[in-house]
Amino acid sequence: MIQWLQQLMEGFAKWPPIVQAVIRALLLVLPILTLVPGIIWYERRLLSWMQDRIGPNRVGNFRLPAHWKILPPGLRGRKFKLFGLLQPIADGVKLFFKEDVTPASVDRVIYFLAPALALFPAFALGATIPFGPYTLLTPVADVNIGVLYMLAISSLGVYGVVLGGYAGNNKYSLMGGLRSSAQLISYELSMGMSLAAIVLATGSLRMTDMVAMQEQPLWGMGGYGQIFQNWFILTPYGFISGIIFLVCMVAETNRAPFDLPEAENELIAGYHTEYSSMKFAVYFMGEYAAMFIFSAVFATVFLGGWNIVPINWGFLADNSPVLNGLFGFMKSMTIYLSPIWMVGKIIAGLTFYIWLRATLPRLRYDQLMSIGWRSMLPLATLNFMAVATWIFISARYGSAAGIGMWVVAGVVVFTLWRLLKSIDKGADLEVRTVKMVGGKPAPVVEVDPERVAEAVN
Amino acid sequence: MQAYLGILALVGLAAVICAVMVTLSWVLGPKKVTPYKSSTYECGVAPVGDSRERFPIKFYLVAILFILFDIEVVFLWSWMTVFKHSSMEFMRTSFISFLIYMSTFILGYLYVIRVNAFDWDETTSLEPAKLGEAVQES
Repeated sequence: MIQWLQQLMEGFAKWPPIVQAVIRALLLVLPILTLVPGIIWYERRLLSWMQDRIGPNRVGNFRLPAHWKILPPGLRGRKFKLFGLLQPIADGVKLFFKEDVTPASVDRVIYFLAPALALFPAFALGATIPFGPYTLLTPVADVNIGVLYMLAISSLGVYGVVLGGYAGNNKYSLMGGLRSSAQLISYELSMGMSLAAIVLATGSLRMTDMVAMQEQPLWGMGGYGQIFQNWFILTPYGFISGIIFLVCMVAETNRAPFDLPEAENELIAGYHTEYSSMKFAVYFMGEYAAMFIFSAVFATVFLGGWNIVPINWGFLADNSPVLNGLFGFMKSMTIYLSPIWMVGKIIAGLTFYIWLRATLPRLRYDQLMSIGWRSMLPLATLNFMAVATWIFISARYGSAAGIGMWVVAGVVVFTLWRLLKSIDKGADLEVRTVKMVGGKPAPVVEVDPERVAEAVN
Repeated sequence: MQAYLGILALVGLAAVICAVMVTLSWVLGPKKVTPYKSSTYECGVAPVGDSRERFPIKFYLVAILFILFDIEVVFLWSWMTVFKHSSMEFMRTSFISFLIYMSTFILGYLYVIRVNAFDWDETTSLEPAKLGEAVQES
């Protein structure tokens, strides 16, 4: 089996490079296209379980006819349940055949272009993500600008939303588009900064190098410390970066709690108010494909790529007194089944998205901007500078000094944080008190009558 | 250069898929245009004016700030890839210049925070002084 696969790969390597490239691209795009309905089903089911409902569970249940003689006797008249898995596909087919209502006042060219522009980056984003150690098949293009390419393409996503909002010639769409442009832009900054810290620690923009870096021993430990892998989420700077990236990726994909561009209670449907039929579905698909790919980026950059757990099975198999065979088996399984582990991590990321949506209420717009610019950006910048200092100090004075630097950095960051709080006057918020019916009254806050009078005027 | 063939293939494939998706429903779906259907949606009311109007300058300001801060980081990407693998001498010089460079970033950030460029709540944006004459007339 493995020999046969190796021969197949050798034959594949001899094909013209453009054919190989197209096959690699198909291997990325087709799974995403097939998985998007699955993701939608998964979200609807999980969300309904979290809300004590059942969710879509009917479409796809069927019974094989009892009188068909072609079937083996055991299958005749047998019921099959697909747990509603075909629901999104049925919805998609219906949407294809619905009328494409184009309002008279829209800007025609942009109106047609915008959904395509929203879906395009979601597919093009995955070009540099490795799904396993098979260099012939999996990163569609293993270029040395991997992370930069990812950031560049993800920033194209703004166009689809803003142009969609503009083209509709509808006030709700326009507001949604504007909001989302400011939101995506703000969070992209912190996202770039958080990835910059990781790039600095890796010394390469190539995604495969990042995964290779995470297979090194944890915190550069020697001896039996080599058992563990140096996943970036387990290092102090990588942990901070990881949290920032996680928040930014939720904001970048316009998902709850950052789904202000499509806040339905104030903006109808936000930037896609005027879109119907498949054009609306294209926006929808773009969102889910982007969720998938951003989870993949998070898994690759912070969660050790295709490795299943942060353990060096190879080192264990060579050095352990017992169970060498088991560890060797785990090593080969980590390599052979790597795409499965990767997809498992992606599904964990999607679950996180859905969990967030079920848990958190939507943010207010000023809160959103405040989180992006006042918390995420300074934290990411300080983290980035701390990584640069750490690399310099450990190269100059040895790794012990490097570890000492992290303690100093913690103190400095805390002090700077307090300093920033004192410099930042913050918004003067109006004070309102609410008394719930039957409940305890909210604590009464002292209100300066002059300020209230000013605010009212 | 061959590594970029993959990107070319993926971008081409994505463009084809997007184009097909958008045009297919246009081809397949029925088309029955009525004046009510083709009017702009405004909660069932006849639309008041169109949306090609002025919008708050704040969005534009945030975009400018984004460009400023983002470009500052863009200059650093190439340095990030070489910093770790370089010689001690280069490291020392580049680290000091990095600190000076980042200090401009931080100073700019502190200034922007100080002038309340990120405040979006109504009490600051609807402050009578900022609205000017229009408030006093009404």
